[in-house]
Amino acid sequence: MTTQVVAGVQPVRVSSFDLWKLIKRVAFFLLVVFIVVVMVFPFYYAILTSFKSGTDIYRVNYWPTSFALDNYTQVFANQGFLQNLSNSVIVAALTVALSLVLSVTASYALSRVNFRGRGLLLMTILAVSMFPQVAVLAGLFELIRFYNLFNSLWALIFSYTIFSLPFTVWVLTTFMRDLPVEIEEAAIVDGATPWIIIWRVFMPLLWPALVTTGLLAFIAAWNEYLFALTFTSDNSARTVPVAISLFSGISQHEVPWGTIMAASVLVTAPLVVLVLVFQRKIISGLTAGGVKG
Amino acid sequence: MTDIAVSTPARPAKREAESDLVRQRVRAAMWFLLPMLLALAVVAAWPLARSMYFSLTNASLTHLADAKFVWFNNYLHWTVLKSGRILWSGVLVDPAWWNAVWNTLRFAVLSVAIETVFGTIVALVLNAEFPGRGIVRAAVLIPWAIPTIVSAKMWGWMFNDQFGMINDLLMNMGIIHDKIAWTASADTAFFAIIIVDVWKTTPFMALLILAALQMIPRDIYEAAAIDGVHPVKTFFRVTLPLVRPALMVAVIFRLLDALRIFDLVYVLTPNSAQTKTMSVISRENLIDFDKFAYGSAESTLLFLIIAVLTIVYIWIGQVRFEGGRG
Repeated sequence: MTTQVVAGVQPVRVSSFDLWKLIKRVAFFLLVVFIVVVMVFPFYYAILTSFKSGTDIYRVNYWPTSFALDNYTQVFANQGFLQNLSNSVIVAALTVALSLVLSVTASYALSRVNFRGRGLLLMTILAVSMFPQVAVLAGLFELIRFYNLFNSLWALIFSYTIFSLPFTVWVLTTFMRDLPVEIEEAAIVDGATPWIIIWRVFMPLLWPALVTTGLLAFIAAWNEYLFALTFTSDNSARTVPVAISLFSGISQHEVPWGTIMAASVLVTAPLVVLVLVFQRKIISGLTAGGVKG
Repeated sequence: MTDIAVSTPARPAKREAESDLVRQRVRAAMWFLLPMLLALAVVAAWPLARSMYFSLTNASLTHLADAKFVWFNNYLHWTVLKSGRILWSGVLVDPAWWNAVWNTLRFAVLSVAIETVFGTIVALVLNAEFPGRGIVRAAVLIPWAIPTIVSAKMWGWMFNDQFGMINDLLMNMGIIHDKIAWTASADTAFFAIIIVDVWKTTPFMALLILAALQMIPRDIYEAAAIDGVHPVKTFFRVTLPLVRPALMVAVIFRLLDALRIFDLVYVLTPNSAQTKTMSVISRENLIDFDKFAYGSAESTLLFLIIAVLTIVYIWIGQVRFEGGRG
């Protein structure tokens, strides 16, 4: 904003110019506050609600008024929830591990080697990752029943691969493409095979990318709902999102909002902490998968 | 943008001497790709083909193996009654299906349009330098990190007709006089879905746009400022054209995501005809109503509709993914 201020202008003009600047400052500040409040408020309100007990919950407050842990004890009194949590952790961790193992070598091939049809292959992989999951539901259902995986964690790990694998391949490919050519050339001159190049030369450089990609894939698997709902039938295999969506009160018509909010806070808090800690990595991973890819 | 063609590693200067090396690399690449391609064939290609096959049969949940081939009867079928009247049936003449198609399309267009505008605003704010920018960026990531089911429940509670804080707030401000059943009423359920989706996905949009904004060299703005170009004009003439490629990619990512929406609708507004999307109605028929073949036909149509829309978008918008560069 470089409005030219001619030397010797009247004081009135200067002050009106300052006023205009001040208004803009304040407007910008208000916009920032508005964005932060809108983004954070629902989670804040869920935390607020989760600490209310009894009929307190039916009174709307915007500031903390009570600190009752009833809802949290309620969540854990329900034995199933710990099972759901461990299911979610196991499914997400194994899905990510499997996808990463398969995608490291594939991404090397896609990013560093020139072969015919590479562009088409990359587009296909991208297309699979943006797939409408309902379109494969019937076929997956048949496969899962055929292999007797229904209502097991393997059914979920198996089906999650459809979105997790293309995603990790895509993001790792964009990361690997940016590794310097010279390192690889030096290794080739030394007689290194592609296999050695991946494991001895690239892997040490790839750790940050693997952490970022793994984290994003983990969050995606942790949040998945459609497959988890369809391929499980009881609490032994249900993941947290399914459990939360099925929470019901003592009577059919009473929704246990307090317990739902407590469970929601419990499963979201670790994610929020992860996201805040790995903020930069997550943003770089998201944009690597989006803009650059 | 980074349209610099990265020279392919180890492309030999002396082609003939090193062509053995190239061949070895390509062969290794094929082996490296094989496990991933096999995995994708098993979890994606095969189930998709089977789903399409089931849409041409009379399969039901309990009779998958002995399903009979019925051609396109699930899509369109007619019987001629004795009176000479023709009775049409099938997905293509099912009003519930076309209602779901309409719901999905207007949801996708409306929510992505709003997200693009809000995402751009948030990105511009984050691109400016001010104290506390880190905190704002962290805050923006929170909705993105919250599982969709959890955000559906959180908003469901805020939208609650009796005890929800949104009704409370609007009544205190005097904007409404009677409590609104946001998620249950036919007039508002659709907007409730839009609001939650915009809240949840604006961060993604903002971060993608921000990444593109940060690649614009600052001296362009300085030059514009020195020339006395109005900031609004600078935005439309300089910033927007430069972020357009990234914006197009972000929009298609979000459109594809919006077109397949399932969880938010299924949890926030169950059984509402105003919000039921293609994914929701397909799954209902597949699993809940045991019309497996009929649901497969719907999911196949959903796949085809999305495929056609994507191709049209990429073709018209001249979207360039950089994945295939080099």
